[in-house]
Amino acid sequence: MTDKDRPILETRSLGKRFSIGTRFSAEGRRTVHAVDNVSLTVRRGETVGLVGESGCGKSTLARCLVRLYEISDGELLFEGDDITSKSLSELRPLRRRLQMVFQDPSASLNPRRRVGDLVAEPLRIHGKLSSREIASRVAELFDLVGLLPDHVMRYPHEFSGGQRQRVGIARAIALNPDLVVLDEPVSALDVSVQAQIVNLLADLQEKLDLTYVFIAHDLSVVRQVSTRIAVMYLGSIVEDGPAEEVFSTPAHPYSQALISAVPVVETTPSGTRRRIILTGDVPSPLDPPSGCRFHPRCPIAAERCRTERPEVREFRPGRKVACHFPTV
Amino acid sequence: MILSVRDLKVSFRTDDGLVRAIDGVSFDLAESEILGVVGESGSGKTVSLLAVMGLITDPNAVIEGSIRYKGRELVGLPPRELRRLRGNEIAMIFQDPMTALTPVYTIGWQIAEQIRAHRNISKSKAMERVEELLAEVNFPNPHEAMSRYPHQLSGGMRQRAVIAMALSCNPALLVADEPTTALDVTVQAGILDLVRKLRATHKSAVVFITHDMGVVSELADRVMVMYAGRIVERGSRTALFSDPRHPYTRALLGSIPPLTGAKPRRLPAIPGSPPSLLRLPQGCAFGPRCPVRYEPCLTGKPDLGAATHAAACYRVAQA
Repeated sequence: MTDKDRPILETRSLGKRFSIGTRFSAEGRRTVHAVDNVSLTVRRGETVGLVGESGCGKSTLARCLVRLYEISDGELLFEGDDITSKSLSELRPLRRRLQMVFQDPSASLNPRRRVGDLVAEPLRIHGKLSSREIASRVAELFDLVGLLPDHVMRYPHEFSGGQRQRVGIARAIALNPDLVVLDEPVSALDVSVQAQIVNLLADLQEKLDLTYVFIAHDLSVVRQVSTRIAVMYLGSIVEDGPAEEVFSTPAHPYSQALISAVPVVETTPSGTRRRIILTGDVPSPLDPPSGCRFHPRCPIAAERCRTERPEVREFRPGRKVACHFPTV
Repeated sequence: MILSVRDLKVSFRTDDGLVRAIDGVSFDLAESEILGVVGESGSGKTVSLLAVMGLITDPNAVIEGSIRYKGRELVGLPPRELRRLRGNEIAMIFQDPMTALTPVYTIGWQIAEQIRAHRNISKSKAMERVEELLAEVNFPNPHEAMSRYPHQLSGGMRQRAVIAMALSCNPALLVADEPTTALDVTVQAGILDLVRKLRATHKSAVVFITHDMGVVSELADRVMVMYAGRIVERGSRTALFSDPRHPYTRALLGSIPPLTGAKPRRLPAIPGSPPSLLRLPQGCAFGPRCPVRYEPCLTGKPDLGAATHAAACYRVAQA
């Protein structure tokens, strides 16, 4: 096995349950399966794009991947090492290598502290650097993410959204991580600024040999950055494969509908794209449908889909789908 | 013409001086036409339409210019008169349906209230109309939905309820401010379909504000691109998307990653970020980020001109 093929992060039938309500509420205590039976492999140097509608569990999965949430079922492996139930102190050396960038940089940066200080914080916690070394590392990081050296003394509110996200990225890469989980990193940004951040992430990946798990609801952004795509629906992965292939020939009816629904700029209006409009809404994960969870909205659902839940299977090397009647 | 806006200027008095949010915007809208207004945050797309609706109530706001609805001047109209038009002939759909609906009343009650504010009909008649409207916006079970509270509906359903409310009095003009931005793409596709259908059945003129070029290219008949409070390009959808002229429009279209075909290694990004209205650059506001700026751009503000497909740019005028 070469270094490239070695999984850096792997989940085996990972699940996350939340219990909601109390025994005094009308419906009593109930359990939501936010993430259900997810097996995902992230290889070194890859960018895995997680896509799906809001509420499909992609952010919950992301937080499980970096152990910000306790995992309810299954296993999480980092470089083959089971970290599912490691204690916080055991996790600490790993935290350096597993970082996360959040959607809203203004919510994840402390408004009372200077950004230079915010970027230096992980260095102070994890590194054994002198304050001079820390200052020079911060300057280096600012340069890497395209901020000016004199920006270190500023406060988060003095920056635009795009610059704040650059600060968030600088902080995530401060400790030379191996894997960065990015949860909607460009969603809150203006279109003209999005492209800058997408380019920055690509440059950093190349320079620093990073592996990304990238979550976004904007499919064209996901396609741009990802080498592999995992499509989620109601807590489970329904399709997984190389980005190009999933976008050009999606196998699962849900992926097909999702991709066809994206409005695109067509310079010559031809109407060649066939749009699949799904009926109904995403069902509540509190009360998921029987059988295949997509069947109530699926245009090709058959009797079998109502009763039997499809397993994730590999129908071609590298391409997986969970559907009884995939388009292959 | 349903709507005629001429040289609209909106300024706000702030502690840091006068901020001009809208700087000389003019446009027309015909019956059953869909006008797409695109721009980034701070470009003035929302403020200009709030001005049209007479919804800028800030005492520090200064509104100049002319807004004519069916020939009638709206600027300076007393609030009572405006209220008669709003929700009746002119309706608006906002980005976040949760803030447009009150959480303490049922959907049916809220829509009926809106109808009864403008029409002299009985409560039961109004409720019948509500059921029709909910059916029209594709509620699977309209009768049942009437007794639901907003929190019991999904985001897409809530936005449909808001649309039903906006349509309740057959408006001649519908202003939609980012109505699909908070929704998933699969739900968005359904809402866009609905807007198209309503234009056909109700003959309403629609102003559709969005930052998503894809949405505009699917929906609008004509498009207006805004930047820092001014219109930088205007044209029919086909003209604008097949032959974008303003460097900003071109750059914006270029920075959207493609969904099909070859993937560029790097996206052609626009450097910098949209300017703060408090510190607008001298000359053309896009100048500092523009790849083709030259001397005239540093001092003058280019005009849009009167052509059907026009761009406010010295380079374009020169070509």
